[in-house]
Amino acid sequence: MMGEEFVSLSLTPLLIGVFAAIACALPGNFLLLRRQALIGDAISHVVLPGIVVAFLVTGYVSAWPMMLGAAAASLLAVGLIELIKRLGRIEPGAAMGVTFTAMFAGGVLLLEQTDTSAVHLDVEHALYGNLESLIWLDATGWRSVLDPQALAGVPDELPRIFLTLLAVIAFMRLFWRPLKIATFDTGFAQSVGARPTAMGLALVVVAAVAAVAAFDAVGSIIVIAMFICPPAAARLMTNRLERQITWSVVFATVSAVLGYVLAGYGPLWLGADHAVSAAGMIATVSGIILAMAALCAPQRMRSGAPAN
Amino acid sequence: MLTEALTLQLGYNATLVALGAMFLGVAAGVTGTFLFLRKRALVSDAISHATLPGVGLAFMIMVAFGGDGRNLLGLLLGSALSASFGLLCIGWLTRRTRLAEDAAIGAVLSVFFGFGIVLLTIIQTMRVGQQAGLEGFLLGSTAGMLWNDAVIIAVGGALTLAVVIALRRPMTLVAFDPEYAAARGLNVARVDLAIMGLAMAVTVVGLKIVGLILIVAMLIIPPVAARFWSERTDHVALIAGGIGGASAYIGAGLSAVAPALPTGPIIVLVSFATFLISLLLAPGRGVLAAVLRHRRFQRRVHIRQGLLALAQGQPIYERYTLRLLQRAGLVEADGVATETGRARAAKALRDEARWALVRSDQALEGAAALYDGLRDLETVLTMDQITEIDRRIGAPQGVAL
Repeated sequence: MMGEEFVSLSLTPLLIGVFAAIACALPGNFLLLRRQALIGDAISHVVLPGIVVAFLVTGYVSAWPMMLGAAAASLLAVGLIELIKRLGRIEPGAAMGVTFTAMFAGGVLLLEQTDTSAVHLDVEHALYGNLESLIWLDATGWRSVLDPQALAGVPDELPRIFLTLLAVIAFMRLFWRPLKIATFDTGFAQSVGARPTAMGLALVVVAAVAAVAAFDAVGSIIVIAMFICPPAAARLMTNRLERQITWSVVFATVSAVLGYVLAGYGPLWLGADHAVSAAGMIATVSGIILAMAALCAPQRMRSGAPAN
Repeated sequence: MLTEALTLQLGYNATLVALGAMFLGVAAGVTGTFLFLRKRALVSDAISHATLPGVGLAFMIMVAFGGDGRNLLGLLLGSALSASFGLLCIGWLTRRTRLAEDAAIGAVLSVFFGFGIVLLTIIQTMRVGQQAGLEGFLLGSTAGMLWNDAVIIAVGGALTLAVVIALRRPMTLVAFDPEYAAARGLNVARVDLAIMGLAMAVTVVGLKIVGLILIVAMLIIPPVAARFWSERTDHVALIAGGIGGASAYIGAGLSAVAPALPTGPIIVLVSFATFLISLLLAPGRGVLAAVLRHRRFQRRVHIRQGLLALAQGQPIYERYTLRLLQRAGLVEADGVATETGRARAAKALRDEARWALVRSDQALEGAAALYDGLRDLETVLTMDQITEIDRRIGAPQGVAL
C-alpha cells in the first residue's frame, strides 16, 4: 500500500482531498459561529450554473474561466439572497432556499440543453467530483517527489487547491482579530472600527473561493460536509476559538484520509472488487466524527445547561 | 404539442403524471407555507437530501430478497424511513448539543447525501445495478415512467393533499401563534411533527418527478411568492397551493412534450418566475408598490414644506418642490403663490400652530403621539377640539406675503 503504486495512484488524490477539506473547514468555523452554516450549502449549489455559463461562454472545459464563473455565481447568489431578504422582508433561510434552488435548476437546464457529451461535464460529476481519477501518471515512486520532470506531470488540481489553501490561511492570519471580534460581538466590532459588515462579506467571499477550488477537484458533497461537519464537531470539543480551529483542521484531515482509504481499499478488504465514491465516503466519515463528538465530546452541552 | 399536454391529451401516463404533479404541487405549496411561517424552510432541504441512502438501501434489500429493485413503492418507503431518521438526527443534535439548527441541518444534509452516493456507487457495481436508474432520483425524470409508478404518484399526491386540508386549522394556529395554540390545548409539538411528516410525504412522493435536489424548491418558493400577496395565513396557504399546483402542472406538461427536458428544473424555474413577478408587482409588499409609496410620501413632504415656506414668505430653492407646487396649481411659474396656494399655505401654517399646541398639552398626549409633520389635524381630533384649540391660539395670524 505504501509502495510505488501508492505515489502514482493515491498520493495526489489524498493530498487534494486533505487540502480541500482544510480549505473548507477553516472558513466553516466562522460561518458556523455566525449562524451562516448553510451559506456553504447555497454556494455549493450555485457553483454549477456558474461553471456551465463559463463553459458556454468560452466553449471549452478549462479550469480558470470555470473558477471565475463559479466565483461570480456565488457572489451573485449572495447578493440575490441579501436583495430578496431586504426587498421582500423574507427570513434568511427561505431567501437562501429560493435563490440556490432556482440557480441550480437553471444550471441543470442549461447543462441538459447544451451538447456536453464530448467534455467531462455533467451533474453527477459536479456532485461527486472525480477525486479517484486525479492520479499522477509520471510518478514512479517516492523519489519522484523530488524529481522536477515528474513533478511537472502532477494534476493541475493539486497546485490550485494548495494555493487556495494558502490564500485562506493568509486571509485568516491577516484578519484574525477583526474576524474574531466581528464574529463574537458585532456592536463592539463596529465601535472599534473593525468593519463587521465588510468582514462578513469578505468571509463569504473567501468561503466561496475555497468552495469553488475544492468543488473543481472533489465535487460539491465534500464541500458542504467540510464546511459544516469538522467545525461543528470541533465546536463540541472546546470553548476557545483557537482550539476549535485546530480541532476542525484535525477532523477535516482525518475525514479526508480515512474516507479516501476506506473508499479505495475498504471494499477490497471486504472482498468486493470495486472502490466506492471517495467523496461520499469522506462526507460519511466526517458525519461519523460529528456523531461521536455529539455523543461524548467534553463541551457538547450548551453552557449553563444541566449536564444530565 | 404544448396545448395538448396542458389539456391532458398526451396519453394516459402523461395525464396521470401531470395530475399527480399538480396534486403534489398544491400539497407542497400548502405544507411549505406552514414550514415557512414556522421559519423552518430549510429543514426541507435536509429531509430531501436524507432520502438518498434510503433509496439505495431499499434497492439493495429488495434485490437481496430476489425482488425487482426498481419497485417504486419499496424505494419510496425506504426514502421515507431514512428521511425520518435524518429528521430525528436534526432534532437530537439541536436539543442535546449546543449546535444551532442550521448547523444540524447542514450536517445531516451533507452526511446523508454523501452516504447515499457511496451506496449508489456500490449499486452501480452490482450486476443488476447498471440499469437501476437510481440517478433519476437526483434530478427527477418522468420519461419512461411505468403505469404503476404514475398511479402511485397520483394517489400519493392526492392523499398528501387530503391530509393537508384536514389538518389546515391546527397547523394555521400553530404557525401563526404557537403560544396561543398551546393555551387552546393544542399539542404544538405534535402539530410540528405533522408539518414535518407532511413535508416528508411531499418530498418522498415528489422524488421521482422533481428529484431530491430540487424538491425542496417546491416547498420553499411558492410560499415565499404567496407571502407577498396577503397578510392572512389561510390566504397565503391557498395562494401558495395555487402557485405550486400550477408550476408543477406546467412543468410536467412541458416535460411530457420534450422528454429531454428534466421535469424538476422546469417546475422550479416556473415557480421562480411567479416568485419574481410577486416580488416586483405584488400590491403592498411588492417592490413596485414600495417604490410608488415612497414617491407619494416624498411628494407630500415636498408640498407640505413648500406650503410652509410660502406662508412664512421664505424663498423656495428646491426645484422639485417648485415643480410639484406648480403642477398642483399652488404657485405660478415665477414662484409666486396663487389664490389657492395662499389659502393652502395659510392653512398649513395654522395647522402647524395647532399641532404645536396639541404637542405641548398633556391632555392631548394621545393625539400628539400621532404627529409626523404630514398628518392632517382633522383626522386626529374632532371639530370641537380644533375649535377649542383655535380659541386658545387666538385670532388668525396675518400671513406674510
